[in-house]
Amino acid sequence: MDAIILQFFNGLEKGSAYALIALGLTLIFGTLGVVNFAHGALFMIGAFCAVTLRKVFEISKVSLDPTKTDFLGKPLEVKTPYVEAWFGETVGSAMINYSVPLAILLTIPVMLFVGWAMERGLIKHFYKRPHADQILVTFGLAIVLQEIVKYFFGANPIQMMAPSDYSGTVNIGAMLGMDIFYPVWRLVYFFFSAVIIGGVFAFLQFTTFGMVVRAGMADRETVGLLGIDIDKRFTLMFGLAAGVAGLAGVMYTPILSPNYHMGMDFLVLSFVVVVVGGMGSLPGAVAAGFLLGILQSFASLNEVKAIIPGIDQIIIYLVAIVILLTRPRGLMGRKGVMED
Amino acid sequence: MSNKFSRRGVLKSGAIAGSGLLLPTYLRAESHSGFTNAPTGSEVVFGFNVPQTGPYSEEGLDELRAFQLAVEHLNGEGDGGMLNTFSSKALDGAGILGKKVTFVTGDTQTKSDVARASAQSMIQKDGAVMITGGSSSGVAVAVQGLCQEAGVIFMAALTHSNDTTGKDRKANGFRHFFNAYMSGAALAPVLGSAYGTERRAYHLTADYTWGWTQEESIAASTEALGWQTVEKVRTPVGAGDFSSYIAPVLNSGADVLILNHYGGDMVNSLSQAVQFGLRDKMVNGKQFEIVVPLYSELMAAGAGSNIQGVYGSMNWNWQLQDAGTQAFVKSFGEKYGRPPSNAAHTSYVQTLLYADAVTRAGTFNPCGVVEALEDFEFDGMGNGPVLYRGADHQCFKDVLVMKGAENPTNEYDTLEIVETTPRAQVEYEPDHPMFAGGDLGQCNPGA
Repeated sequence: MDAIILQFFNGLEKGSAYALIALGLTLIFGTLGVVNFAHGALFMIGAFCAVTLRKVFEISKVSLDPTKTDFLGKPLEVKTPYVEAWFGETVGSAMINYSVPLAILLTIPVMLFVGWAMERGLIKHFYKRPHADQILVTFGLAIVLQEIVKYFFGANPIQMMAPSDYSGTVNIGAMLGMDIFYPVWRLVYFFFSAVIIGGVFAFLQFTTFGMVVRAGMADRETVGLLGIDIDKRFTLMFGLAAGVAGLAGVMYTPILSPNYHMGMDFLVLSFVVVVVGGMGSLPGAVAAGFLLGILQSFASLNEVKAIIPGIDQIIIYLVAIVILLTRPRGLMGRKGVMED
Repeated sequence: MSNKFSRRGVLKSGAIAGSGLLLPTYLRAESHSGFTNAPTGSEVVFGFNVPQTGPYSEEGLDELRAFQLAVEHLNGEGDGGMLNTFSSKALDGAGILGKKVTFVTGDTQTKSDVARASAQSMIQKDGAVMITGGSSSGVAVAVQGLCQEAGVIFMAALTHSNDTTGKDRKANGFRHFFNAYMSGAALAPVLGSAYGTERRAYHLTADYTWGWTQEESIAASTEALGWQTVEKVRTPVGAGDFSSYIAPVLNSGADVLILNHYGGDMVNSLSQAVQFGLRDKMVNGKQFEIVVPLYSELMAAGAGSNIQGVYGSMNWNWQLQDAGTQAFVKSFGEKYGRPPSNAAHTSYVQTLLYADAVTRAGTFNPCGVVEALEDFEFDGMGNGPVLYRGADHQCFKDVLVMKGAENPTNEYDTLEIVETTPRAQVEYEPDHPMFAGGDLGQCNPGA
């Protein structure tokens, strides 16, 4: 029972990441009709915003300690972060400790800019091109972004810690009279993603801007005939999608140490999520994200693998095949999308 | 439309062009000197085949730094490094057999097919007489096989699978690095002392040749102590999030988690295991423990504070106090501003060992080099007295048991040496079951 509950929570946490990335992918596909293979790279850039902020906070003044020596026998360099020198040790160390959540403030403008630059600088030239061209150019862009990040940050994973107040475990089974301990930060991530997903849906549902975007997604030409510059709004939606991917990445850093290819690892799975959810369906992307996350976690149980060896590796694709055979448009796919 | 190309003309042109392309290779060596890429000018070419891109590129770049340093020392530049402490005095810093050492590099991307293609290119196009490098056993085994076929020497760098000098051993291949069996033999007694002999171990294992042999070796050595192996779970390489593999550990009854992971996988699996509170748990009345049988400094830096107090093993570490280590650390540190990793150490040593073997043999002929390296005993290279065993081309030397530093004082102070396990404790017979099924075969000079 403990294992099942734990895997359910693992599934929710995994599903949160899948859902956030798939949500952004679907927003871009639903508005601009672009299959964006660089979306995983946006997740990765978000993660590296957190790394960057921490590195900035850790920029230090160097002094020599003559009482200690380094590996070459020279006086040891002692580093004191400037934030501790400027704001005091308590505030400075708290800034470093909370660098991951604080990075959200950096990530939002950075990702909006990256999304805008990507759309205006490259992707808009491929709106009328076949999906295969879009995939090739965005995949190439993803590789370029990866290599840029690797050039500046190296290839090894970079350890990022959750704030110390959130780095332990919490007993999630206490209400059931059980001892089931689960990492606090993973619960934080789940609630964070629920807020972001809810915020995106509320934005689309309850604002005039969102209403116009939804109308444009349903019938672009008619909205255009009403004199509304739908392209401009869709460009902003690209920025929003990039922001969602970036936020998903920044908060994921204490769970998965950032490395330059982390986006690619998520990209393929997220595309499967989008297809299973139904191309262009935002609720479908979210539902499929959580569904596949939970199924993947349960498939990793040793008892399940004892019955079907290797099932943990194929479960997502197996489910995708079954759903596409029974519901060719995915769980909540709309008629006419990607069917021409 | 007139046809300007006759069939006969095309055939003639093709034959001439083909002959032209083949001529440099023909002139370079083989038929004249009796072995592949025999150096004929004033230079000899080494091929450094390391991952320069991909997940192990940090290890690869550190290997490359060491290779370049070794070439400098062989050519008489710099302070000479370990040439000053090496027990063999055949090398004099004037190149090898009077030839200046040059090198070409290749990028393996830690992919066997790419690594083979890269090595093949260095052999065929660049005339490399020796290939070295690598940071994965899968790659090492693949490139070793290629070098055997091509008739050049392969001096393996970072490869820890038993198979490299076990079932996949080759006459033209030599490994200085230790292996999974040795890790188990060195670690088990320390684990027994630290955690007792009644433990229940759960293995998470990278699903490829290195992971399999390490799991087998560590399980065998800990079971010999009296530990029980509760479960062996294979995980995909590059899984990223290991949470769904770690959660079942909590309810398995195990009180030790053994992570047969390397590189980014190890950083992630260890960090996530700590996040799940495994190290804070009490199971079977004992403190839950985590073991990482194979360490590297670069991984340790990535894992940060999660590694504190976690046991593992290494081939070598820059903190050793012998003269060879100090000479190498000084050379490397002054050139690159950082201490060398154990991947860098084995790369540097392999390059010097090859050069020394050529010099002692008086020829670059791979069969002469094989003869010079087989059963060669040496010292002064940082691991105490070392034997390059002729039966399987595996080096035998002391092995280090390490522990994550409890109170690191600087960014390089991530691991501390717990014990130097003597060579005798990690030795085994060439036909040991974990290494069975292999055959060195005959050395291949290539011509």
